Amino acid sequence: MVKVNVPFMQTGTLVVGNRLLDETDRSVQAWQGRPSCLTHGHRACQGCAEALAARWVLDTAMEVTDGKLMVANATGCLEVFSTLYPESAWKVPWIHSLFANSASVATGIAAVLRARGRTDTRVIAQGGDGGTADIGLACLSGMFERNDDVLYVCYDNQGYMNTGAQRSSATPPATRTATTPAVGRDPGAPFGQGKSVPRIAMAHDIPYVATASVADLRDLEAKVRTAMSHRGARYLHVLVTCPLGWGTKSADSIKMARLAVRCGLFPVFEAEYGEVTASTPIRDRVPVEEYLRPQRRFAHLFGPNGDEIALGRIRHMAERNIRQYNLCPEGSRS
Amino acid sequence: MHELLEGSQAVARAVGLCHPDVVCAYPISPQTHIVEALSGMVRTGKLVNCDYINVESEFAAMSVAIGASAAGGRVYTATASQGLLYMAEAVYNASGLGLPIVMTVANRTIGAPINIWNDQSDSLSQRDSGWLQLFAIDNQEAVDLHIIAYRLAEEISIPIMVCMDGFVLTHATDVVDMPTQEQVDAFLPSFTPRESLDIDNPRSIGMMAGPDIFTETKYLSHRAMLGAIDRLEEVSGEFEAIFGRRTGRPVRVLGAANGSDSVPGRHGQIAVIAMGSVLGTLQAIQPVLRASGVDIHLIGLGAFRPFPSRALAAAIGQASRVVVFDRAIQVGIGGVLSGAVRRAMKGSPAPLHSVAAGLGGRPITEDSLAAIVRQAHAGDLSDLTFMDLRDDVIEKVS
Repeated sequence: MVKVNVPFMQTGTLVVGNRLLDETDRSVQAWQGRPSCLTHGHRACQGCAEALAARWVLDTAMEVTDGKLMVANATGCLEVFSTLYPESAWKVPWIHSLFANSASVATGIAAVLRARGRTDTRVIAQGGDGGTADIGLACLSGMFERNDDVLYVCYDNQGYMNTGAQRSSATPPATRTATTPAVGRDPGAPFGQGKSVPRIAMAHDIPYVATASVADLRDLEAKVRTAMSHRGARYLHVLVTCPLGWGTKSADSIKMARLAVRCGLFPVFEAEYGEVTASTPIRDRVPVEEYLRPQRRFAHLFGPNGDEIALGRIRHMAERNIRQYNLCPEGSRS
Repeated sequence: MHELLEGSQAVARAVGLCHPDVVCAYPISPQTHIVEALSGMVRTGKLVNCDYINVESEFAAMSVAIGASAAGGRVYTATASQGLLYMAEAVYNASGLGLPIVMTVANRTIGAPINIWNDQSDSLSQRDSGWLQLFAIDNQEAVDLHIIAYRLAEEISIPIMVCMDGFVLTHATDVVDMPTQEQVDAFLPSFTPRESLDIDNPRSIGMMAGPDIFTETKYLSHRAMLGAIDRLEEVSGEFEAIFGRRTGRPVRVLGAANGSDSVPGRHGQIAVIAMGSVLGTLQAIQPVLRASGVDIHLIGLGAFRPFPSRALAAAIGQASRVVVFDRAIQVGIGGVLSGAVRRAMKGSPAPLHSVAAGLGGRPITEDSLAAIVRQAHAGDLSDLTFMDLRDDVIEKVS
């Protein structure tokens, strides 16, 4: 095979280029033997980035663990679209118990594996932002503080999309949701509310915390690999576009998740034992409007009755992220 | 070997003899002594290959138990009262998933008003959760029932609550014949789960079931619960063969004149029905009442779930009256247990009296019990009585 040098563009992963790369540089998704843990035939919406991210995360973890992986799933889209009896799209040992308890269920699985000396089998818990930041936070915090050997993956689509796009505590300010309608003096989700689960995770001083965007396959896979190289509690927070909840085109899911990073609203970073160890610099920074404008959930911010004040506050949020996580270091193109 | 032990210590040792892989619990009175003892056994190496997990809530305790059981582990937890309610969502989930978890419920009432003392409101509130509920009369039964519970739960893939009256049993020191490891090993095989998370045979557990299949899952649960009555009776017999004492019978007649534990009630007798430690007090007054011409036919329920309706109706037999001592009430209706007894008695002409007794730890005295039974004998007992109700307090309110 003729080897072709493909420039690695940090502005995107250019998945199509994968098979032209040297074998060691290829992504797991370019590997013909990839396990496709979440296989075809499920009922996710077109353009569902959660389905994509879940497959990528688990496939990578399967490769790292040589197929010795068990998964606990919270209630939510991911569970509903993948398992309507008698069909299941999962090709891993998989359990769904409740909405709030996937971290605890994973703890229980890890405990039996430890008690029986089978610690080569690893455990991943996964859920959406509602199951993570809201209803499941107590179980998650318990798993963190005990430093149980579990990787928890949050697929953050910034709302309760399974129940019709209501606000969660991971919904960004000004977002129109079914429970924060775009009416009144401060339309959409309130400013000054919400929480950062990655930072809450860091406060537990756990071995590894990382954020990732579904737009960057290689970065996501690298973070799963790093996470699996640690023992103890680990947390991975993945931004996943929801075309239905965000009001975006199905074909734009990757683009939107990339713009969220490029405008500074979704900082991509890693932390070990409570300290930020790396952040991904923004190349080709874009104004927040470029990310917000195509999304119907932010439509009330634009047009003749637009909300310049809200846009200003969102710009300020992006600036703060950039400062806090050093996303535009000296000399970078932005 | 006979030993003088606190109920909680004895139960902890019985659980240890069953070799759980995972013990997880959240502290709540009056269950704490049990899990404290187990954590000590794990730390000191008396209980090996076992992980003790300090969880952040009862909801997490049951959730960890669910994960561990689904991974093929033998799991133990314990709770009471508010803790059981806090884990309720996961309690239903565990039975729906068919996970044979064994949990001690150190029976305690439910607030408000907050009250740490004993009645059976907590486990009886979970009567539709799909769990078996076995009730211990004394600490010997509490010990034995845990061993029976693991055997039965794992065989039928249904979780079991072993219910023992909080403080009255958990904190009472009594002589207990502690089983030996050899006996337990002969009775309790290692756990082979019906299905589990397995990397060589990946399955999806806990899938969504639509209207096309949900009714069938409930019907199968119902059928399995009915089947558990006979199986409990059989397992209880197998237990006797190894341990030399009969524990775990769903229905038992206590103190019958001919010594039989399944003789039906006769005309002229008052059938007295109860669950848990109050049966011990009732046994104590039985001879006194008999001597004074009040013949009580004392029936102890060892299982509330599965509810042994047929055996109970047979045990009541031709008794002229039925008095149920209820340790939990359905507000505005009457006793929880008496409601179930009434259903089991369908077609029987005998009047049924529900007596709410010992709510929130109100002491159940021999005198009060005897007075109630005498009232029933005289035909003066109403359908629903709150035993030892303090009229002075009620008058102040009304």
